[in-house]
Amino acid sequence: MIGFLIQRLLQAIAVVFVMSLIVFVGVYAIGNPIDVLIDPAADQALREALIRQYGFDQPLPVQYLTFLGNMLTGDFGQSFVYRLPVLDLILSRLPATLELALSAMVIATVLGIPLGIWAGYKPDAVSSKLIMGLSVLGFSVPTFWVGLLLIMLFAIELGWLPSGGRGPTQEILGVDVSIFSWEGLSHLALPAFNLALFKLGLLIRLARAGMIEVMSSDFVRFARAQGLPERQVVGLHVLKNISIPIVTVFGLEFGSTLAFAVVTETIFTWPGMGKLIIDSIMVLDRPVMVAYLILVVVLFVTINLVVDLVYGQLDPRIRTKGAA
Amino acid sequence: MSDVVLSVQGLATAFATRAGSFKAVDGVSFDVRRGEVVGLVGESGSGKSVTGYSILGLIEPPGQIVGGRVLLEGEDLLALSPDKLRRMRGARVAMVFQDPMMTLNPVLKIGTQMAAAVRAHDRVSKAQALARARDALGTVGIPSPEERLDAYPHQLSGGMRQRVAIATALLHSPSVIIADEPTTALDVSIQGQILAEVRRLADETGTAFVWITHDLAVVSSLADEVCVMYAGRIVERGPAEAVIASPRHPYTQGLLASVPSLHEPGERLPQVPGSAPPPMERPEGCAFRPRCPRATDACLVDPVIQTYDGERRAALCHHPIEPDAAWNTSSTSTASRSAS
Amino acid sequence: MTAAAAPSRRARLADVWYDYRQSPVAVIALAIVVILLVAASLAPLISPQNPYDQATLDLFDARLEPGSVGGGGYVHLLGTDGMGRDLFSAILYGLRVSFTVGVAAGAVALALGATVGLVAAYYGGRIEALIMRTIDLQLSMPAILLALVLVAVLGQGMIQLIVALVAAQYAYFARTTHGAASAERRKDYIEAALSTPLPARRVLFKHLLPNALPPLIVVATVQVASAISLEATLSFLGLGLPMTQPSLGSLISNGFQYLLSGRYWISIYPGLVLMVLVVSINLVGDQVRHVLNPRRGR
Repeated sequence: MIGFLIQRLLQAIAVVFVMSLIVFVGVYAIGNPIDVLIDPAADQALREALIRQYGFDQPLPVQYLTFLGNMLTGDFGQSFVYRLPVLDLILSRLPATLELALSAMVIATVLGIPLGIWAGYKPDAVSSKLIMGLSVLGFSVPTFWVGLLLIMLFAIELGWLPSGGRGPTQEILGVDVSIFSWEGLSHLALPAFNLALFKLGLLIRLARAGMIEVMSSDFVRFARAQGLPERQVVGLHVLKNISIPIVTVFGLEFGSTLAFAVVTETIFTWPGMGKLIIDSIMVLDRPVMVAYLILVVVLFVTINLVVDLVYGQLDPRIRTKGAA
Repeated sequence: MSDVVLSVQGLATAFATRAGSFKAVDGVSFDVRRGEVVGLVGESGSGKSVTGYSILGLIEPPGQIVGGRVLLEGEDLLALSPDKLRRMRGARVAMVFQDPMMTLNPVLKIGTQMAAAVRAHDRVSKAQALARARDALGTVGIPSPEERLDAYPHQLSGGMRQRVAIATALLHSPSVIIADEPTTALDVSIQGQILAEVRRLADETGTAFVWITHDLAVVSSLADEVCVMYAGRIVERGPAEAVIASPRHPYTQGLLASVPSLHEPGERLPQVPGSAPPPMERPEGCAFRPRCPRATDACLVDPVIQTYDGERRAALCHHPIEPDAAWNTSSTSTASRSAS
Repeated sequence: MTAAAAPSRRARLADVWYDYRQSPVAVIALAIVVILLVAASLAPLISPQNPYDQATLDLFDARLEPGSVGGGGYVHLLGTDGMGRDLFSAILYGLRVSFTVGVAAGAVALALGATVGLVAAYYGGRIEALIMRTIDLQLSMPAILLALVLVAVLGQGMIQLIVALVAAQYAYFARTTHGAASAERRKDYIEAALSTPLPARRVLFKHLLPNALPPLIVVATVQVASAISLEATLSFLGLGLPMTQPSLGSLISNGFQYLLSGRYWISIYPGLVLMVLVVSINLVGDQVRHVLNPRRGR
């Protein structure tokens, strides 16, 4: 188990390193921020002073090494726009995004898995067909468009919920959260549901496919031949088996939910990392872009690692292999 | 007759396909007595497994039981409500499947799966259920059963897994266990051990077995009675020894001729020519006609069952083989061996 | 050989169509896709106005409600946008852009991904491991993030957008092709074919590629829908195509600012068309997947 852990950890570090290189080259080597950042009317002396300040006069490899060294110490530089250390800037936006993404995942899971299990248990029932229709809608209709419809319906027509922004926050264990007040929840409801829809469609399909596969397996037949009540067949034999792929995908999809939050945050003016990155891309605020991407990669890799470990716990076949 | 525990009468199971419906099992009848092992023999596609599933009511759409009765100690299983039938399954009639890799849930411990099977029918505590599971494992000859309860299926060998499956089937001392090719996936030596174990269990506990197999050699070493299936019907039945010594149906004869262990070493193995027809293309009359060396125009008409030896034996054939000519392939030459 | 194969292939296509027809929903979806495709290609003929031509735009016609008659003397079926553009025309032209981007990105991603996947399956060993690790790594990143970064780096424009979409999507094709082809690669007859002096190209395209084709068709359908939707998303975020060349996404984005003031049509109609299009393509893809699934039927 320890060996497995170390191996996965080394892999993770390698991935982060490679991604940092790609991101750096992608963002620093292409495009010219000098033109964007520096007032065209500025005189030559000021220009050069600024170029030196940002280190743009150095060759790329040197810039990268500097960047890497700084990164390891948590220094991603200063935002060109906000004039703040980038890491602080992003981390200050992280709780809002995490809150949104987690709420979305909870909604998707709580609704999606039971619906998918039902649709897989009775694949020919009308209700199952409706559920599958919902799932097709969920992951084919573009998120931003659903967001607009939600705003139209719930904020403008019905006036039940606010159309954007985040409610008042409270500090819990040093993190700002908004889910403990009615006001905060009402602001969260639409964006969280919007972000959840895609994952909802995905989880329904996944749970349904897993259900259908397991239901037709020999061990379910054997369990039925033993006279196990249907409730037990599903509850004991089926759920444990389909939980394995679902946990995997859940973990992996959590990362992509963070990424998709970009769109939802923009529509609902949710003050999270996604909104920040879009604003930064618009003005080519490169330190923010780079730091955001690296941070997302680190989050991804961490999540993958956790998923691997949980997977091992759920699936005894892997657990014993890891121990051997 | 009172010791008949399972009586299958005119069982018919149909499957609906895009091209139409066909009967995988078409009027199958046989009796199983207490402590008896009945071999249900046939090629793949003969309907022997579907017969097994039908007995337990485990046929799923597009399959459907369309006729007949399955009397378990006088009670018709096919007439029971789904819930009543469920209470019978595992308790009074159980089933063991072919592939021991697949019949145990890979992510649950042996003990958990067996305890669930105990508690499906008896309201006992988890500890009591586990104790019964442990005893059952001991019964089928598994060493250190206590430890096995904590194992996952992948930690056991194929033979051990099949023993676990048989132990699970035995938990409620059912009257009948349907075993669907349970030793086919195992090594020959393991197969021998399990067959011996099953024979002992049948003799000691009185549990009857319906042993579904394509392998006549297994039947000859294990079964009391044998039913040979072809194209959804039983074409011959009778005491295993008698059927193997002198088959009446040409198909049985062909099957026997191709079993290596029933031959002298070095002898060339004959085969039944051709192959079983796909269910949608079964010929009119006797389904075996196109492959049969004895077929005549009479075979264009459905054969009726004929009984022999005081109803102890039966064959579904217009031209059954006379006992004396058992080892001859041609119907015309007689008594080449009867001289002895 | 080819003479015998031709009718059987036609028969196979007939079979596929027979199976496809079994779902009325899928047939309707296919009809919608075809209608939208035709409407988009005939846009210059059937739309009352050329929305690219700034000269025909009249600010006095801005934000007219659906059904109004504007300065041009014709009815604005779906109203006009903030610059006096006829929305019906703009949507037809927007469809053209969306289709072009989606199909172009899908086709290039298919070609690139299939090649990469085939090469990996064909060579095996280290090359395969390296390629597939990279693909896996890329697949673990959400497509939208990759597209976002690339568009940010490359700048705005149709070509840049297509490049970004291809980069975000080719990995799906690569993995699909690799999966199907590497299963086939391990079969004996391929080994046998490789030991003859036949050129490797022949083995790749005659044996490995055809086996990957059914799943590739399914992935391609889904990916075209996803490319269209991704393009719309990027344009909505202001990172896609400029308003001088409006796609459905930029039309929606453009109307977003009027949404809160009750001028719903500027955003809603292009959005409806986008939604119907993407859902229909996905439904078609679902049914194709169902029909081509080799495990189906048993």
